[in-house]
Amino acid sequence: MVRLFGPLVGLFFAVALLWSFGNGAYNAATQPTPPTAEKLFHMHPKEVAFSFDGAFGTFDKAQLQRGFKVYQEVCSNCHSLKQVAFRDLAQLGYKEAEVKAIAKNWGNKAQTFDPKTGDRGDRPNLPSDHFPPVYYAGQGNPPDLSLIAKSRHGGAQYIHSLLTGYTDQAGYKNEAGEELLKKFPDAKTPDGLYFNPYFANLNLAMPQPLTSDGQVTYSDGTKATVDQMSMDVAAFLTWTAEPKLDKRKQTGWPVLGFLLAATVLAYLAKRNV
Amino acid sequence: MAGDGVRRRDFINIAAVSFAGVGGLAALYPLISQMAPSADVLAESSTEIDISAISPGQAIKAVWRKQPVFIRNLTPEEIKAADAVDVSTLRDPETLEKRTTAGKTNWLITMGVCTHLGCVPLGAGEGEVKGEFGGYFCPCHGSVYDTAARIRKGPAPKNLEVPPHEFSSDTVVKIG
Amino acid sequence: MSFPWANEYKPTNPLMQWVDNRLPLPRFVYNAVGAGYPVPRNLNYMWNFGVLAGFALVLQIVTGVVLAMHYAANAGVAFDSVEHIMRDVNWGWMLRYAHANGASMFFIVVYTHIFRGFFYSSYKAPREMIWLLGVVIFLLMMATAFMGYVLPWGQMSFWGAKVITGLFSAIPLVGTPLQQWLLGGFAPDNAALNRFFSLHFLLPFVILGVIILHVWALHIPGSSNPTGVEVKQESDTVPFHPYYTAKDGFGLGIFLMVYCALVFFAPNLLGHPDNYIPANPLSTPAHIVPEWYFWPFYAILRAFTSDFMFIPAKLMGVLAMFSAILVWFFLPWLDTSPVRSGHYRPLFRKFFYLLVVDVLVLGYCGGAPAEEPYVMISQIASMYYFLHFLVILPIVSSVETPQPLPFSITEAVLGKDEHATLAPATPAVA
Repeated sequence: MVRLFGPLVGLFFAVALLWSFGNGAYNAATQPTPPTAEKLFHMHPKEVAFSFDGAFGTFDKAQLQRGFKVYQEVCSNCHSLKQVAFRDLAQLGYKEAEVKAIAKNWGNKAQTFDPKTGDRGDRPNLPSDHFPPVYYAGQGNPPDLSLIAKSRHGGAQYIHSLLTGYTDQAGYKNEAGEELLKKFPDAKTPDGLYFNPYFANLNLAMPQPLTSDGQVTYSDGTKATVDQMSMDVAAFLTWTAEPKLDKRKQTGWPVLGFLLAATVLAYLAKRNV
Repeated sequence: MAGDGVRRRDFINIAAVSFAGVGGLAALYPLISQMAPSADVLAESSTEIDISAISPGQAIKAVWRKQPVFIRNLTPEEIKAADAVDVSTLRDPETLEKRTTAGKTNWLITMGVCTHLGCVPLGAGEGEVKGEFGGYFCPCHGSVYDTAARIRKGPAPKNLEVPPHEFSSDTVVKIG
Repeated sequence: MSFPWANEYKPTNPLMQWVDNRLPLPRFVYNAVGAGYPVPRNLNYMWNFGVLAGFALVLQIVTGVVLAMHYAANAGVAFDSVEHIMRDVNWGWMLRYAHANGASMFFIVVYTHIFRGFFYSSYKAPREMIWLLGVVIFLLMMATAFMGYVLPWGQMSFWGAKVITGLFSAIPLVGTPLQQWLLGGFAPDNAALNRFFSLHFLLPFVILGVIILHVWALHIPGSSNPTGVEVKQESDTVPFHPYYTAKDGFGLGIFLMVYCALVFFAPNLLGHPDNYIPANPLSTPAHIVPEWYFWPFYAILRAFTSDFMFIPAKLMGVLAMFSAILVWFFLPWLDTSPVRSGHYRPLFRKFFYLLVVDVLVLGYCGGAPAEEPYVMISQIASMYYFLHFLVILPIVSSVETPQPLPFSITEAVLGKDEHATLAPATPAVA
């Protein structure tokens, strides 16, 4: 029975697939899918190096503090950071009193609700609070930034590339030398959106956030160029996405070393048998 | 020579098995430690409570670290009753003075957790039984506390615990 | 059952004697994985993967039970509770990464185990029952892994749940009500998340039960071996302990090193960035794919792009995808060659390697976007997949002339066996 019906079923699927293949090939030949602007002009993130790259890389706390400042002064106007608590900032090297002050002076206040009176209000943030929600009424939906570095291909490199990637669409050419608006006249950026070849569909609702050198004043004397600020905030957002990165790698090496020794011993023990 | 070979053999086998044992034990550590309070629970900060509305003789229940806290405004009679007790006769000898902030002895702030098995004693809410010593009465196993929340009768071994607290102002107390 | 020359359990320790007389558990262990279980002496490293799969299941159960102490199966807070595990729970990040990558390791090991079975025809009589139970385990694993991936309630979780339950809507007449019954609603939401959590917790224990049956069935004829020649005599076997316990210990060390390298240095390598975006029922990610271990089957699902006769393309895809696994159930009766091992079957071996490449190609196409040339490649590759099992295998097993088999395992290992002169060197080939 199996040997009778088996080949029949197999041939049935094969013919059905051949049919799909034929239709697909015919369609591909007669009406090929035209290439899209996103496909030809979307850029991969710039290959920049961060201190936390690789199996030995760790966070640079001074850089994270600078990045936090960029987030605080620029990004936090529209983007929330709700998975992170103020107390977590202690990991960036802030003292307890500094964390308290940052929480207390944070622009958006913690929301309160009195279940007895039904009154809603606010109070200053405490270190134990998470970063408060940010409401944004303008165009677009600014995403929460807590996990942005892990939820985008390219992570920190993508964030840096996006922040420094705004450019004039008129006359923009890709690496192959093709001019976007000549090849796709319909791809002109709509009003209210901004052109950025590092963004998946080339146009995003966020205007260029880091526009000029010195936009943020660093307290450690680092020169706040746009490039520097974008690197710092990309590092900071990698930390918010993966705060245990340092601990993870620090744990990993001894574990691997132990396992290597144990495996060698296991091999010798096996040879003994 | 053969003896040496056997010894080396045993050594390797013992070492391999020990490594497996140590590795297994080490792997248990995170599995056990994950049950300890997490960072957000540990960060549960202090609570500030407005006490302006509590008139003498009244008490309120507040919450600190997910547990009830009794805040009681003692009347002069209650203070007198508490001070009249001979401390040396108590199961857990403490004076009211020691259990309150100097200058604010009328504010008795204690955990609302019976030191016997952790029930919430009665006596802080309006109309609740205060027990024969005028303080708190735990309905679970009949522990009776006096006006200074000291254990007087029943199975509880200790006085109601006084949490760390300080007065931020005359009307606000910060617990924790 | 065991071979007549198996060692008998004779405890010298009075405590063990006392226990053994009242509850013969020490005897049971001794006969199952101890010195009382004779195993072919020629097993190669491909025979490590069964034990490793069992280890991976235990790993998943242990880390999973622990994660369930912190996870909240509610659509409103599930995503945040996972982040709570990652940030605030002591060692939570490690436990979650261990569980997520443990699933991948489990599948790597099980796929190797299955393809070992293909090459050495481990499914042939008298081991059909072991094979059938194995396929059941694999199906349960797929269901468990799918539901586990839904739990973090990210974008891929949500859309994975929607698309996979959507497969059932392809069934004529009852499809849409069936999908709504599965989800407990019109789209994945709290009801679906809660039942997936419940079943994700339950199924691993069901898998454990079927594994017990799988190993029980294995102990009836004993392990197969690389020559495919059955055990004939005591010199063909060695006791499981210490020979294979030591070998499995070494294999486990290698497994753990690969696993820990993933967990500590590339924990998100096999995951997908979109699952770090909270579920959003109003926006589908640009490129949705399941986890890598489903890619070959996903490619088969997507390969059917045209209605065939009166059957809609969607239904064809679903039928084919399920058939791609169900066909394994019939393998013992599709491959009728009397020779088991691929080592002695030159033609079969060529097609086997073609199948390996074919499944890798399917996997690659399944992970790629649904556009040309991937769709056309996956159509060709799917075609080969079905032809291989249902047409080529039956034909090959009747036309192929196998190479001569060794008389016994002993002869294969030592080059000679003094019993060999007593019987013909090769069994008659049908």
